[in-house]
Amino acid sequence: MTLTEMQGYAFFFFTILLVVILYGYILHLYRSEKKGERDYEKYGKMALDDELHDRPVEENPKATNDDKKE
Amino acid sequence: MQSSAALEYDYSVAKLYMWTAVIFGIVGMTIGVLIASQLAFPELNYLMGEYGTFSRLRPLHTNVVVYGFTISGIMASFYYSAQRVLKVSLAELPFINFLAKFQFVAYLIAATLLVLSLGMGITASKEYAQMEWPLDILIVVYWVIWGINMFAMIGARREKALYISMWYYIACFLGVAMLYLFNNMEVPTIFFSGGLGAWYHSVSMYAGTNDALVQWWWGHNAVAFVFTVPIIAMIYYFLPKESGQAVYSYKLSLLSFWGLMFVYLWAGGHHLLWSTVPDWMQTMGSIFSVVLILPSWGSAINMLLTMKGEWNQLTENPLIKFMVLASTFYMLSTLEGPIQAVKSVNAIAHFTDWIPGHVHDGVLGWVAFMVFAALMHMAPRAFKREIYSKSLLEAQFWIQTTGVVLYFTSMWIAGITQGMMWRAVDEYGNLMYSFIDTVSVLHPYYTIRAIGGLLYLIGVFMFAYNFFMTATAGRKLEQEPQFRSPMA
Repeated sequence: MTLTEMQGYAFFFFTILLVVILYGYILHLYRSEKKGERDYEKYGKMALDDELHDRPVEENPKATNDDKKE
Repeated sequence: MQSSAALEYDYSVAKLYMWTAVIFGIVGMTIGVLIASQLAFPELNYLMGEYGTFSRLRPLHTNVVVYGFTISGIMASFYYSAQRVLKVSLAELPFINFLAKFQFVAYLIAATLLVLSLGMGITASKEYAQMEWPLDILIVVYWVIWGINMFAMIGARREKALYISMWYYIACFLGVAMLYLFNNMEVPTIFFSGGLGAWYHSVSMYAGTNDALVQWWWGHNAVAFVFTVPIIAMIYYFLPKESGQAVYSYKLSLLSFWGLMFVYLWAGGHHLLWSTVPDWMQTMGSIFSVVLILPSWGSAINMLLTMKGEWNQLTENPLIKFMVLASTFYMLSTLEGPIQAVKSVNAIAHFTDWIPGHVHDGVLGWVAFMVFAALMHMAPRAFKREIYSKSLLEAQFWIQTTGVVLYFTSMWIAGITQGMMWRAVDEYGNLMYSFIDTVSVLHPYYTIRAIGGLLYLIGVFMFAYNFFMTATAGRKLEQEPQFRSPMA
């Protein structure tokens, strides 16, 4: 097999692989939302409700310790 | 959480960078208009002896707008919005607040030394990496402090998840850190020459084609991680916040982010098409550049769809105008780039004025518009004053948009004309034109470009005035605005 042929096979292999990864990721995002495992869209609120006193979308469990220090 | 009621976000560091963004914007773009005029009217090269020549000023222009104006805009946005999306105030982290101010001082020193050294003609001769080794070390220190601050703020956050903007800021930090180190591997000559030559002089550790490859791996990804990634971080925060609309699709932002991260780093080879680098590497550069349309348009379309049902804001709010046009120019620029990276198109486009045309519809239309919008969104919150003049912002928008259009259309025509003339051969295979033939044909387009640049610069001065007046004379605000920025 020549180097050019090997490059051809490698090109084909990687194209298929990357397409599978891309569509697999899209599928993963939609499926985990459909199954109720994640609600991705709620995180969009982070930019809107961004005052210090606003309720976090998801509270960081470590942050409560920091608050006591103030 | 009740303790945070008395606590406020600390914008002091953001404010410092906001001012440097305005100042470097004026300096960098004034030099830009001067050198554009020099190309049209060469006599202008002799205004200030050696210090006023095109070759001396061109690196100053690029470095001041990239590392002065843009980095200042990015840092101002970071120190403003990172606090907000992480829900942690710098006032709670006194040491990090101090480090952030120290980082700003290091930035000012580095920027001053950069301007002085480039003005004196001291350069490492690598595009967008002209700084000599002592300055490179200072930049590394500066960047590492930014990383420490960023991760310390992330560590102290109240919000568990990281907002989209934070992913892009982290990518900016990591991407630039890696590429900067690799591309600036240089040997200070004085240590190996028995004390000969200037102490600051260095040569690259790589030679020939390898040096070119590493240089354009950096050069292209400086565009990626300074002009794209952090600017996307900005638009993902400022557009939703200013419009009061949550981002259209968080899932699309995830997909675009990982797509961009994977694809961008491979595309640098397109700067070396038809050169001595291996053919497969050139092809790879081309292919990845074309694939790059996907994640780029993913982000841009996500931004435009965020305005769904709220398009009336486009006519009512000039800041929305700036951001929507920025995202549109991002789409234009990320379609144009891949077209130029196709080998056959590149055979005409390479080394022509179409390339600076492409760069400028990206930086003037996308990067700078986004920086202006971000600064004006932050100003009422940081200075607790209303934006001084809405009509001035509107006028700036239209003057600058006209400037950008004149800039890139003239350069499209100039570039394609130039490329065709260089390649034209007669029936015997002899070149039909000499270099000077192209120069005389291009003169009108160079003049139009200089006029476009001048219009843009006028807009920058209008912005600077508006910003200064907002900070000093705008009507005082009782309360921080939630979404739309108040303006008189």
